[in-house]
Amino acid sequence: MSTAHVLLGLLAGGPRHGYDLKRAHDDRLPRAKPLAYGQVYATLGRLERDGLVSEAGQDREGGPDRTSYEITDDGRQHLDTWLSAVEPPAPYVTSELFSKVVVALLAADAGRARDYLVAQRAAHVSRMRELTTAKSEPEASVGDVIAADYAIGHLEADLRWLQTTLTRVADLQKEVTS
Amino acid sequence: MSPLLSGTGLVRNYGATPALRGIDFAVGEGEIVAVTGPSGCGKSTLLHCLSGILRVDAGTVTYRDQDIGLWSEAARSRLRRTEFGVLFQFGQLVPELTAVENVALPLLLAGSGRREARRTALDWLDRLGVAELAEQRPGAISGGQQQRCATARALVTEPRVLFADEPTGALDVLTGEQVLGQIVRVAREQGTAVVLVTHEARVAAYADREVALRDGVVDPTGLGLGVAG
Repeated sequence: MSTAHVLLGLLAGGPRHGYDLKRAHDDRLPRAKPLAYGQVYATLGRLERDGLVSEAGQDREGGPDRTSYEITDDGRQHLDTWLSAVEPPAPYVTSELFSKVVVALLAADAGRARDYLVAQRAAHVSRMRELTTAKSEPEASVGDVIAADYAIGHLEADLRWLQTTLTRVADLQKEVTS
Repeated sequence: MSPLLSGTGLVRNYGATPALRGIDFAVGEGEIVAVTGPSGCGKSTLLHCLSGILRVDAGTVTYRDQDIGLWSEAARSRLRRTEFGVLFQFGQLVPELTAVENVALPLLLAGSGRREARRTALDWLDRLGVAELAEQRPGAISGGQQQRCATARALVTEPRVLFADEPTGALDVLTGEQVLGQIVRVAREQGTAVVLVTHEARVAAYADREVALRDGVVDPTGLGLGVAG
């Protein structure tokens, strides 16, 4: 995910300083990995170097570093281009889950691969329940619900894959070990 | 504490075909248990046996410490009217009655007065977000709206146990979420035990725990491993 574009998006509404950007990022993208302050300032530094944001002033009241940043015209253009571009569906099939099944067959046997699939299913089901509970809480924000929906949809797809892969483990073993 | 409803060693055959081959199951007050598994695994049969719609061939079904398998058909039927609520995939509303009359029906059968039953039914239609359809007949409203009315009807008597068989199977995702959300709320607020039959992982995730079935027995892996065919 592009932190730079999210920060530009937040600045599109008006100037903000780093601390404010970190908080807004974490609020608007609930359940994403919280942004580290160091990453905010490093990203702002790169955006400034590239002329996409500029300093908008200093505010010394709230702490030592309260530099505000604003988006530039180039920054708006850059953001617009990013928003208009369709993300290519993943070109390579890479997944830790898939790799583990193949490696289990290479390094051990079908039983090991099946044990892994069963344990992974239990972990996925448990995470899905956790997310479903979180999104059903009365105090859940729309952002919370949408974030949980995204994760639940992907877990559900993984679960279907785990089920079908289980039935194909024996065939895969023949292929891998032939 | 003993569970509110349990089944021990449940066996049920359809002619020579075994549907349940020795299942243990329990649900406590306020608990939601999902019964999952592929088509034909026995999950609907389990629901029918636990709710007393079907008799088991062997094993016992215990509700509040009583073996309801020993009860007469009339007594089990009374139990379903007063203490159990049942919700199926397709609402099965009475087509000649309006939505509010459908929802009030279980209350009238249980002996409530007409005015009181109507008031309570309207309240439940409101909770399910379909109060404005109260005077409509099932034929005039969408499948999703019918299912919300059926949910209201299943909950209107404030049952101690709700049996829901693929309750969202015919609904779009968002309508399904509304129905499931209401079921979860009732379980939490009123201590209703819920037996939720589904083949969808997304629906089972609303439950506190899952009992997966495969070929008429409990499948601890959820993936059919180690289950003899």
